[in-house]
Amino acid sequence: MKLRTLVLCCTLLFAGAAMAREAAPMAADVEIEKRMVAISEELRCLVCQNESLSGSHAELAQDLRREIRKMIAEGKTDKEILDFMVARYGDFVRYRPPVKPTTWLLWGGPFLLLAGGIGALIAFLRRRATESAAPELSEEERRRAAALLDQSNS
Amino acid sequence: MKRFLIPLAVFFVLLIFLAIGLTLNPRDVPSPLKDKPAPAFKLPQLAAADKSFSPGDMKGKVWLLNVWASWCVSCRQEHPLLVAFAKEGTVPVVGLNYKDQLADAKNWLAKFGDPYLLSAVDADGRVGIDYGVYGVPETYVIDKSGMIRMKHTGPITPESLKTQILPLVAELSK
Repeated sequence: MKLRTLVLCCTLLFAGAAMAREAAPMAADVEIEKRMVAISEELRCLVCQNESLSGSHAELAQDLRREIRKMIAEGKTDKEILDFMVARYGDFVRYRPPVKPTTWLLWGGPFLLLAGGIGALIAFLRRRATESAAPELSEEERRRAAALLDQSNS
Repeated sequence: MKRFLIPLAVFFVLLIFLAIGLTLNPRDVPSPLKDKPAPAFKLPQLAAADKSFSPGDMKGKVWLLNVWASWCVSCRQEHPLLVAFAKEGTVPVVGLNYKDQLADAKNWLAKFGDPYLLSAVDADGRVGIDYGVYGVPETYVIDKSGMIRMKHTGPITPESLKTQILPLVAELSK
């Protein structure tokens, strides 16, 4: 009985090992993998647009990472690989799109807003400075104020 | 009074921008392939694996390339429209069966109708990458010289068919 239990345990133990397949070879070469991650972090996954290609589990992202690995193995430069992606999916795939007329607003917009904000702040501060200056009182007003103060003091 | 008008004006400008934002489709990424030659490929046909298809075979014709898959829910949504379009016979529609199982794809066409002149099988999605496919269904309008004139991402709607695809096809067919 004891032996049977032992055999059963062993079988179950090794069944697990037999069934667990080895993880698919991600890359034969660590260097390729490193470069692939560096490149794919620069790229947007078009399926889930707020994820980078390196972090996405979308099937297309997996395919594209495979494609990048292949191109690295073929000796393509990073620029050639980025160009490959842009030629197919447009500048939108790049998290840092090139500066050109269609992206001027994208790159310059924040600075325009900053300049506008600083301008508004300066205008506001200037206006406040002039408004809060002590109002001039006429002789008559001064007398009336003094009279009122005397009244309340007494 | 003027003090209140400025924030109000800013608010309305913001409102207009947000309203425009709501009407835009974030999936509609402009394709860099527009007005470029359709990428070449040679793939087996779904109905007859021994026969192949290349975009070059369609030279001299205006045609649609529709990327579809049996696992794609939105493809079912646009499918009746494609079937009706094919019946009218305006221009041929070629299917690109994207990352699908052969049997599933054939069943799907048998069940819902086959609007395609033929379907090319892109089993591993490599041709899809060349066409910048990122969400099936996608439809390309290709002109007589083999140039991509339009890319429609997502299911074709009666509206997009009427206002975008048909006028373009009519113009290209002239």
